[in-house]
Parts: sequence; structure tokens; C-alpha cells
Amino acid sequence: MQQSYDAIIIGGGHNGLTCAAYLAKGGEKDGANKLKVLVLERREKVGGAAMSEEKYPGFTYSTCSYVCSLLRPEIFRFLDLPRHGLQVIPYDINSAPNPEGEGIIYYNDHDRTRESLRRHSIRDAEAYDEYAMEISRHCRFIKRTLLMTPPDPTQLNPFVQNRINPWGHREDLDGLLRIGREFGRLGERHMYDMIRFWSMSVADFLDQYFETPRWKGLAAASSIIGTALGPYSPGTAYVLLHHYMGEVDGQIGAWGFARGGMGSVSKAIASAAEEAGVEIRVNAEVEKVIVKDGKAIGVALKSGEEIYGKSIVSNADPKRTYLKLIDKGDLDAIDPDIHRYAKNYKIRGSSGKLNIALDGLPQFAGLGPEAAYGTIDIGGDFDYIERAFDDYKYGSWSKRPFLDCVIPTTVDPTMSPPGKHFMSVFVQYVPYQLAEGPWTPEMKAQYEKDVLDTIELYAPGFRKLVLHVQCRTPWDIESEVGMTEGNIFHGELTLDQLLFNRPFPGMGQYRGPFDNFYMCGSGTHPGGGVMGAPGANAATEMLKDFKRGVVQ
Amino acid sequence: MTDIIVIGAGHNGLITAAYLAKAGLKVTVLEAAPQIGGAAVTREFVPGYKVSGVAHLLHGLHPTIARDLDLARHGLDLKAQPIATRSLLPGGRSFDASSIASISRADAEAYPAVMARLARMADALAAYALHTPPRPDIAKMDWREKLNLGKFAWSLRRLGRKDMLELTRILTMNVNDLANDYFESEAVRGLLCFEGVLGLALGPRSPSTVFNLLYRLSGLGANGQGGFLLPRGGMGSVSQALGKAAQSAGATIRTGAAIDHILIENDVAAGVVLSTGDEVRAARVVSNADPQRTALQLIGPRNLDTMFVSRIRHIRMNGCAAKIHLALDGLPEMLADARGRVVIAPKPDDIERAYDCAKYGRVSDQPALELTIPTLNDPSLAPAGKHVASIVAQYCPYRLRETAVNEARHQIGERSLAILEEVAPGLRQRVTAMEVLTPHDLEAQYGMTGGQWHHGEITLDQVLFLRPAGQAQNYRMPVPGVYLCGAGAHPGGNISGAPGYNAAREILKDVRAWRAA
Amino acid sequence: MTSYAEHLKPFLRKTPFHERIEALMHGNHWMRWTGHYSPAAFESVQSEYLAIRNGASVYDVSPLIKYRITGRQAAEYVNHLITRDLSKVKPMQAFYTSWCQDDGMLVEEGTIFRFGDNDFLLNSAKDQLHWLEQVAYGFEVAIDEVSNDLCGLSLQGPQSREVLRALGINGIDHLPRFGIMEFELNGHWLRIDRAGFTGDLGYEIWVKPEDALWLWDRLFEVGRNHKIAPIGAQALEIARIEAGFILIDVDYSGALHALRPSNRMSPYELGIGWTVNLNKQGYFVGKRALRREKEQGLSRYVLTGIEIEGRKPAPGSFLYADQPGKQELGLTTSACWSPTMKKNIAYARVPMTYAKPGTQMWIEIWYHKEHKIERSMVRCWAANRMFYDPPRKSA
Repeated sequence: MQQSYDAIIIGGGHNGLTCAAYLAKGGEKDGANKLKVLVLERREKVGGAAMSEEKYPGFTYSTCSYVCSLLRPEIFRFLDLPRHGLQVIPYDINSAPNPEGEGIIYYNDHDRTRESLRRHSIRDAEAYDEYAMEISRHCRFIKRTLLMTPPDPTQLNPFVQNRINPWGHREDLDGLLRIGREFGRLGERHMYDMIRFWSMSVADFLDQYFETPRWKGLAAASSIIGTALGPYSPGTAYVLLHHYMGEVDGQIGAWGFARGGMGSVSKAIASAAEEAGVEIRVNAEVEKVIVKDGKAIGVALKSGEEIYGKSIVSNADPKRTYLKLIDKGDLDAIDPDIHRYAKNYKIRGSSGKLNIALDGLPQFAGLGPEAAYGTIDIGGDFDYIERAFDDYKYGSWSKRPFLDCVIPTTVDPTMSPPGKHFMSVFVQYVPYQLAEGPWTPEMKAQYEKDVLDTIELYAPGFRKLVLHVQCRTPWDIESEVGMTEGNIFHGELTLDQLLFNRPFPGMGQYRGPFDNFYMCGSGTHPGGGVMGAPGANAATEMLKDFKRGVVQ
Repeated sequence: MTDIIVIGAGHNGLITAAYLAKAGLKVTVLEAAPQIGGAAVTREFVPGYKVSGVAHLLHGLHPTIARDLDLARHGLDLKAQPIATRSLLPGGRSFDASSIASISRADAEAYPAVMARLARMADALAAYALHTPPRPDIAKMDWREKLNLGKFAWSLRRLGRKDMLELTRILTMNVNDLANDYFESEAVRGLLCFEGVLGLALGPRSPSTVFNLLYRLSGLGANGQGGFLLPRGGMGSVSQALGKAAQSAGATIRTGAAIDHILIENDVAAGVVLSTGDEVRAARVVSNADPQRTALQLIGPRNLDTMFVSRIRHIRMNGCAAKIHLALDGLPEMLADARGRVVIAPKPDDIERAYDCAKYGRVSDQPALELTIPTLNDPSLAPAGKHVASIVAQYCPYRLRETAVNEARHQIGERSLAILEEVAPGLRQRVTAMEVLTPHDLEAQYGMTGGQWHHGEITLDQVLFLRPAGQAQNYRMPVPGVYLCGAGAHPGGNISGAPGYNAAREILKDVRAWRAA
Repeated sequence: MTSYAEHLKPFLRKTPFHERIEALMHGNHWMRWTGHYSPAAFESVQSEYLAIRNGASVYDVSPLIKYRITGRQAAEYVNHLITRDLSKVKPMQAFYTSWCQDDGMLVEEGTIFRFGDNDFLLNSAKDQLHWLEQVAYGFEVAIDEVSNDLCGLSLQGPQSREVLRALGINGIDHLPRFGIMEFELNGHWLRIDRAGFTGDLGYEIWVKPEDALWLWDRLFEVGRNHKIAPIGAQALEIARIEAGFILIDVDYSGALHALRPSNRMSPYELGIGWTVNLNKQGYFVGKRALRREKEQGLSRYVLTGIEIEGRKPAPGSFLYADQPGKQELGLTTSACWSPTMKKNIAYARVPMTYAKPGTQMWIEIWYHKEHKIERSMVRCWAANRMFYDPPRKSA
């Protein structure tokens, strides 16, 4: 049998491309063509959910993901992405409009935030610093685990040897000890705080610091974005971190726009990958992974073509990978539990998106014009968000949704004609399927109307500026990008699906159940967001296996 | 002069007292109520009708404690057959563990294996029940702590790789997802969800509810009594037996002695001051009260550091369940043979909706219920031919927003009766008297802050070394000589006695160190 | 009509004295202080420094964060908060103290003013209302942030008393160190306390914001003959180091705002153990931890003064026990050339055993030499941190 590729990557999302580039470079910064890598993309162009598209003449939309900061600086540097055209423009304003009075706005600048918050509550203004420190401490700890393969706590015996770990599970033990040492540095008092923080609700956490309901609602925003949980659910405080741990130029918690829309991220990584010798094929939808004797040996395309390779990597989400791309029979031959794990994998879509072309800059209620230059979170107090979640729980979109809006064209001159703007509206919560059944065009229209009505309430006069709306439900996101149920993180970021349990218990180290089969998508550690870490980590593990002769 | 004062004669206080007295210390137990027992009492709520005050089922009492204190000799009968749980569904249907097949064949097949697996995991977790929680900083542990931790890790590892990984997965999950993973029928899921949320101010879709489920299951296995028991004479009989055990070991018990505060001299415990103003002096004071009451009222924030006070203040102590007692002049057909435990929680979404109300500070429109009719096993609790029913109704939040407490009391009572009437028609006419205890009432009657039976919810952020608060998990309060032995300490609530047992061990350690010095 | 660039408008606050300060400033030498414009220097740091040690210097201290503490149990509360014994402080007295977290790590140190039995004003450099209110649990006390209700000038220097006399403050001669007096002058309310951050004779004058410009003008009018001059933070910094005062975020991280927990320091470690009274009545936050630290000798190091050979200022320099630099001892924080003492001085964190005055150590200094950075290893000696302590300070 002819094996023409060292690695075949299913899916050209940012993680697939990152993984491909790392592999082709053989893990060396100046490497190229070390491994022969093929990326297969179903659509006509690569990028997955990090995509810029012109959906309305003259306007570039970031159709799915819309802000950038989680992309690890290590990957930036390793792949030399700026040379490939990627530029991230940080912004530092976050605001919550208020139709009943003054809105809330905060900045990266501490003094400015204090000045702004004290207009609502001097207590909140004064507690902000302590709160930010607490968050930073947690981030500093978590950040170190991002670019590391999560150790498996059941496999710590350094003397048990197997094929993948010919020298025993030293790496797992090492990893665990490394985390332990890092943890030890916190000091006993902060250890308690941190462990408690992981399992508490964001509402409980914020209540310890703040009193203004609207401000608490704004601060809670990042803990529910993309998550099928409300602010009163335990475990949401951690998700807060997942959004805070991004950075731009070392500034923890900062967010930025990719110049030219999120498609520039994919384009830059793809360009870096191609330069390293990766072959990218678009319009090549993979139908099945070919498994023989417990080994993944190739893929079968929808066109009927079969391609063989030494290793197969899936950038698709775990559910799609194990329920669609792989035959149940192949899985059951290894372990019948895997099919059950895949079936039970929590990947509920909970968010929709509206992409809007605007004739001018909207004015938000209770806020100055600077608000439009950052994130605008339309919502309210905890109850507002929780009620939006209640609608979702029982199978409906939120009638008064929580909206995370950005207008990247305030800082990016390339995405719209001068004076006009592109606004990205992230809608929380929208179910993948309604209680009544699948989405119908009428329901989608009603959902779009509910969202626009909500914006109008918080930005009077908004409707008059609207030139075009692209409305998307999780259903649309699934059918377009292929993410199961339209879940933006390839699986919920709850504690039961993190670290060594991501995606499934015992498969947290990027290796699939078959020999030569790997995972590199957001469904693996450390999870979703345009971060690139899963792709890079997967490549690191694969290169180890290549070196040890596990992949032949 | 006494060596040690125990504040509160709840079951944990009595257990601590008994162990300390057995070790030869002079122990005085001071109880505010006229009788001992705290939340494990048998009360006459209407003349002639007696019922277990708060707790109405015994399952978690640790066998080690029952054996050490020889409770059988002191009158506690633990040989009774565990009772079964039956779930009542609308339309006159019902099922218990043996008749799930009538609901779903697949679930009937899966049920025993799933429950056995969960029980195995729960038992592995419970390996820590009779140990003091470790510190998270391994570098600071002594050899004994390391040994305990090692044993615990081993008990987890012994589950096997699959189960251990499954445990790490489900530990933080919500019970609704777990139920969906394992079962297909709404009815079986509903029952599992109810077991997961009982005693919490959380719904089935809230993460951390699986942990509560495992916690409850741990009391049903080797670390408890093997199932739910309805002790003869009500839960008061448990307390009476513990009281006798303590007294026979030499402890003195004084009832009707309410404590105003703990006497602290030179930043060290010196005794207690009664509400009458009298002082009782002792070098060590053990509090069976909940952590908030102990730290914020008995010790007082002025004797404590601020972060510690703040941690104690933020313990979630929202009682969310009401206790309802019914005097019945007969039983409707559906309950005529309800010797076991009856659960009315037909669907996970029903419980979730009930929780939604509580989330916004309202009484559930349709509460989920747990009911026992102890008179079917023990007719002595009511006049001949009559019955009492003891009901736990969830949710009736302590933190009400727009409802007055009186109104809430009325609402939870009426709404619970309406639900009972639906599944057991004819019940309403049988009710001759009713008592409803909202969390506010429980707080007032039993001194449990927030009306929370577990002295703090059993959720992941409030267990092990976070119980009652970081750096106080070793049963010692920051003021030297003050200890905590109640359910607010590790491992937590239910009538398990483990906190009292552990506290006694830690106190004896200090006493020995002091004597040696 | 809003401006098109409104989203770019600056947000720093101006103190009530801003107009006058701006008028005297050469160049644009502003810095930030709690979100306010604050002068770093006017023209020459050297002449401003001389105003402190030779004439009368004026420094705008309005940006200080101020908390008013009142209520039936305010005194008990403050006593629980701070490490010093409040019973020794009478009304109309100011005092310097530390306040700590549970584990004895310093939240901040600073001056608290006591106006009445239950009436206090706490000045701080960092936001801490959240902390103060947490400590207040269980006390009948009200804590109000009143930073904008008062503004003040620090008048420091040997001639400062002359200036106040000339201003017409009767009784200023009798105001003891750390005393407070209130005064009515031409219908304007003034509060004067005798404290400062320079280690010299000096006062702080507080007025209502609307009287700020009046006060400034009057001071400079009567001070003309007493060598009065405005100063910026850079000149003050030299005087502060000479006087042995520590500064948050320079010499230590406040416990509430330290990102790395190990960066927090206890009063003993900062060499202000004298502010801790373990024998006072009642418990105070951190008492158990501080007692343990003191009795068991748990302090990791102590911030001591050092005198350094040569004249190259040595901030952030490593200290060693030996010339080759094999055994590292610690690190300097604040450092400067003392123009008055003609000494090269610094504060350094060193092990307790090295803190005895006169103990010799080595210090590695990296310094600028015409666009290049060079290294020198020179000797230094532990010294009392209060390098400059003139009798007039308390006379």
C-alpha cells in the first residue's frame, strides 16, 4: 500500500492549519518539509470559524468568531504570523448601555475605570482593583497549563511502559508535578481561593466584590459567552477566566481585532503552513476515516477518492469525528465505551450570531461615543441573563437575549467603506433545536426581529442604520462550518470536559483510540476560542510519536 | 471545673462529647433547647402526633461510630430493614427499583449497574469521611496527612482506570446530564435528579449536583447504614441513644442553657457566657452550631481576622427546603402501603422549573417532594389508627424576594398538598392538622443559619478543605481552644456523626500535645 | 454638537490647585497620581529639593485617597483595623500606623487623623474601601470615601512655620508634632496638621476645594520672603528616602494589590515593627500571625538602610555577602544620592543578621555612562534607615 503523506489533517480550521504548520516544520522554527502534510477542507476555502467573507458589497464580515486575543503569542512567533499578514489591533473599552440611565463602561486603564465606575458606586470602583488582581492570579496559573499536554492522573506509574510511553508515564508524572509546583507557589491562602473559584458560580464570585447589578451583569458576560449555563450555575466563574486569559502584548485580559477580519488569522496561518510545505486541498470533504486492524490508515473523500497517510488528524469536533467520520464498528472493536462517550459529549450550541452592515455608527443609550470602539454588552443584571438562559433551557431563543457586540470597523479601516460600519452581534442564548422542532424560516425571522428589537432598545435609532443583516442560528453554524450543534468551543467548557477529560476521559492527550489517529481541534485541551493551542499541542505529541517510531 | 464545653447537643455534639469523655476528659454539653438532639428530635407537633423534627431518615450514621459508642446497648435499633424508595407519577403510576421495567425496559436493565457504579464511586470518595481534610499544600503536610491522602488516592485508583476517569468526569457535572447519559425515561431521570438536588439551592441542570448525589449515596453504602432507615420512635431515638452513650461515658448534659458567646481572654478560649450572664469556664470550647453562628455570633468578628470572617460570611447557607408535617386520620389508597420513602418528582424539567422559582426568590409553583409515613412502621407515633406524614418540600427559598415568610409558609404548604392530592387522591380530606416549617422557621427553632440543614450546602466549593472555610478545615477555629464539630465541618451534613468523630480526634491531639508540653 | 474626536478626550482629573501648578510648570512634567495630574518636577529638582531642606516647599497632596470613619463604634473599629494602640492617641492627633491582612502582611501604612472619640480620617495611596468595609463587619461604623471633599497642600521645610505665622495662623508655634488644629481665616476654614513625608519641619494644610486657589495665592504671597517654592514628586522622593519613609509599590506591594503573594511583606520585614503593639487591648487583624512571626522569628528579611561607596544611585541592585557575588543577600528598593548628607543611600531587603548598622556587604550597581551601561561592585554598610533626622522636625 502506498503511503504518500506523513499526516492527513481533516479540516482546515485554525487549529488544523496550526497543527499542519507545526508538523511540516517538524517542530523547528526554521524547519520546512520535515513531514509531508495534507490538509483537507470541505469548503471552498480554509478557515473554519475564523473567516472573513463579503456578504454585502463593500463590507467584510467576520462571519463566526469576531475577536482575537486568545491566539497564543508562542504560536504567533513560531509561525511568524505577522510576516504572513496578521496584525492584531487591541482595544480596551468594554461597556454596557442602559436605556434607563447611565451606562457602564470600563477600560484597561485602571484610573479611568475607577473614575468611570465610581459614577455608579464608589464601592465597586474601589473593589475593582482587588478583583482584577484575583483574576490575574488565576490567569497566571491557568496560562501555564495551556501549552502543555494535560497529564493523565490515572497513568502516573513511571515504570509501566507501553508503546506510546516507552519510558513509562514520566511525562504525566512530570506534568502533574509541574502543575503542583506552580500551585505550590500560590501560597496556602490563595490555593483555597483558587480551588473554590473553580467550582463556584460567577454570581457568587462577583457578589463578593461588587454591588451595582448592571455592572455585575457586565462583568459576568465573559463567563457565559458560548456556554450553556446561566450566571447562577456553579462552575461559571472558571469560564470567566477562559475569556480573561487572552493577551495582547502581554496585557492579560486584553482583546483585539484582527485587521481584515478573523479570516486574516486563518489566512496567515495557512500561508505559514504552505510556506512550510503543507499541501492544502479545498472542496475535499472527508466521508470516513479508513481504519484497518485498529490502525487509521487513510481517509475516504465524498468524491470516492481514498488518500492514505501514516497518520490521520481530525480538526473536526469530537462528536462529528467519532459519530460521523468513524464507523461504530471500528470504535467498538477497540472499546465500546468510546461511542457512548461521544454520544454523551456535551456540545450544546447556545449562541447565534447576527452580522450587520451599518450606514453609520450607532449611539448607545447612556454611553458616550467612545463605547462603540470596544465591546458593547447588551444585557442587564444577573437576572436578565439568567432569564435569557431560562428561555433557552426549555428550547427557545432568549426573547430578550444577552448580546455581545463589536464594531471592528471603528479601528479597522479595511473592512467597510469609510463612514460605514460592520457590527458583529453575538447572541446568547439560541438553541440548536427548538422545543417545537427544527428551525423554520419564520422562527428565524422572529429570532432576528427579537435581537434587532433588543438592540434598538439599547441603541435608539439603530434600525435606521441597518443596511444588511446576516442572521445565523447554531443550526446554520453547524451546516456551514460543520461544528456539531453550532457549539463555538467544540464542546462545553465545563470542568467535566477539561484537561485530561477533554474530549473524553482517558483520551485527553490528543491521541485517538486507534493507532496513528489524532485530534487537534478545540475539542481537545485547552479548548475553544481562536487560540491555536490545541493544534500546536497535538503536533507536539505527534512529533514525539514520530520520533519514537510509534507512527511508522 | 470542666475540661471541655460542647455547645449544642445535636448528634455531632453528643458524639464529640462521648468520645472525649471516653478519653477521660471532663465534658459538659450545654444545650439551649429543653431536650437534646438538635435537628434529630421527635416532636409532638399536634397533641398525640409525633414526628421527626427536621431529619426524618437515618442512613449515613457511620458504622464505626455506632460500634464505638455501642449505640445498640443505649437503645438504638439499627437492625431494621432499609426502606425502599418509590416514585409516584401522575395518573396513578409509580415505580421503585424493582419495577422500573414498567416504565422502561432499557432503564430497568441499566439501573442496577449504574447505581452500583455510582455507589462504588461514592464509597471511594467516602474514604475520607473519617479523616481530617488535607491541606492543599503538599509541602506542608505531615506524614499522617500524606498517608491519608495516599490511602484516598489508592481508593480512587482501586476503582480502575475507567471508573476513576468517569468519576473525574461526572464529579463536577450536573445531575440532569448524568441522568440523560444513563437513562432514557423521564421518570427514572426525575428520580435521579431529585436525589441530586435534595438539600441544595440548585436545580438538576446546575453543575455540582452530581457531587451531592454521590455524597448522599456515600451514606447508603459501607460508610452508612446500607440504606434508609426509619428508626423506631423517630429520629429523637438516635439522639437519645447518643445522649445516653455520652452520659455513660461520663459527660454532663445541661439542657435549657443557651449560650450568649464564647468567653475569650487574651485571644484564647476561656469558657462560655450563658444568656443568663453566668460564666462556665473551660480551656476548650467545642461548637456544634453552624459555622456562621459559631464564628460571627459566638466568637464574634472582633476576635477574628477579616479574610476568615469574610469566608465564613460567604458560605452558602440558603435553606431551600421546607418541612411539612401532616396529621392524618387515615391514608388514601395510593399511600396505604407506603412503608418506604416516597418521592414525587416525575420529570427533571419539573424540578428545574421548581428551582427556577426559587432562583428568583419565590416558592416553587410545583415543589418536588419526599414523603415518609413513619406510623406505618411505628404506630406508637400517633393515636391508634391515625397517621403522620413527614414531608420535605423543595424549593422554598430562605432568600425570598417579594414574598413574606408567612405567605411563603402558606404557599409551600398548599402547593405541596395540591401535588399530593394529584398523585394520591383523597389525601386532603384525611388531613386533620398540618405544620409547615419554612427555612426561616427551621432557623428560629433549631438555630441553623439560613435554615440550611447541612450547616452549609454540600457543593464542590464547600467541601473537603473548603469546609467550613480554607485554613479552618481541621476543626479548629482561629481562636486557640475553640473547635467546630457540627455538620459545617468536613465531611458535612446528614446524620452521619463523622464531623463529631473527627473533631474529637483533633481535640484529643491538642490535649495530648498540651499535656506533653 | 459633540466633537468628532470625543472618544479620544483625556480623562485624568485636575486637582483644585491645578490652574496654579500648571502656570508655574516648565515643560510638561506631569505624572499620574490616583488618576490626577500631579507635578513630577517644575524646573529643577535640585532647587525644589533645597526648598524642602532650606526654605518652604509646597506640594499638592489632594490626590491622596481619603476615608472618613465615623459611627458609634468607630474607635473600636479603628483599633481592630490597625496594629498600633489607639488608646494612646487623643482627639486632634494624627498618627502613623500599619494595617495588615489576616496573615500579618501589610495592606498599607499611613497616617490616620483622629478628630474626636469616634471621628477619623484615613489617608491612603490605594483603593481599599472594599477592605475597610470587610473589616467593618460587626461594627457600628460608617466609612465614606471623601477624597474629593478636601484638598490639601503639604508645606514642608525649615521656614514652613514662619510662613504659617505670616499667614496669620495664631498658635501654630504650639502645635506639637502630629497635632491637628482647625482655624478660621478670613472666613475660610482650614485644617492644619503637623506631619509630612520629608522628615523635616512641616505641615499639611487642608481646605475645601473652593478655597484652594485662595490658599495657594495667600501662601505664595506671604511666603515670598521665606523662600517658598512649589515642588514635584521627584524632589519629594529624595527627601522621603533621606527621612526613612517607605512607599507602597516602591518598597513593598500592598497585600490587596500584590499579584504574586510572595511579594507581600509584614511590618517587621519592612522595619516598621514598632507600629505593631501585640499587647494592646483587644484583637486586631493579623495579630495572631504577627505574634507568631515575632516569637518564632519567621521574618524572611528586613528592609534596612544602607550607605554605599561611591555616588552611583543603586535602585533595584543586588546585594552580596562577598565581592565575587557568590552569596546573594537581597535587593535594594529606593535609592538616591543624598544632597544634604553627601552620602549614597538606599533601602535594601537583607537577612536579619545583616541588618546591624555597620555590617559590610557588597552591592552590584549598573549605571549609565554616556549611552552605555556599566557595572561596578562596591562595598556598602547597613545603616539606620532614618538617614536624616534634624532636631527641628519635632522641635
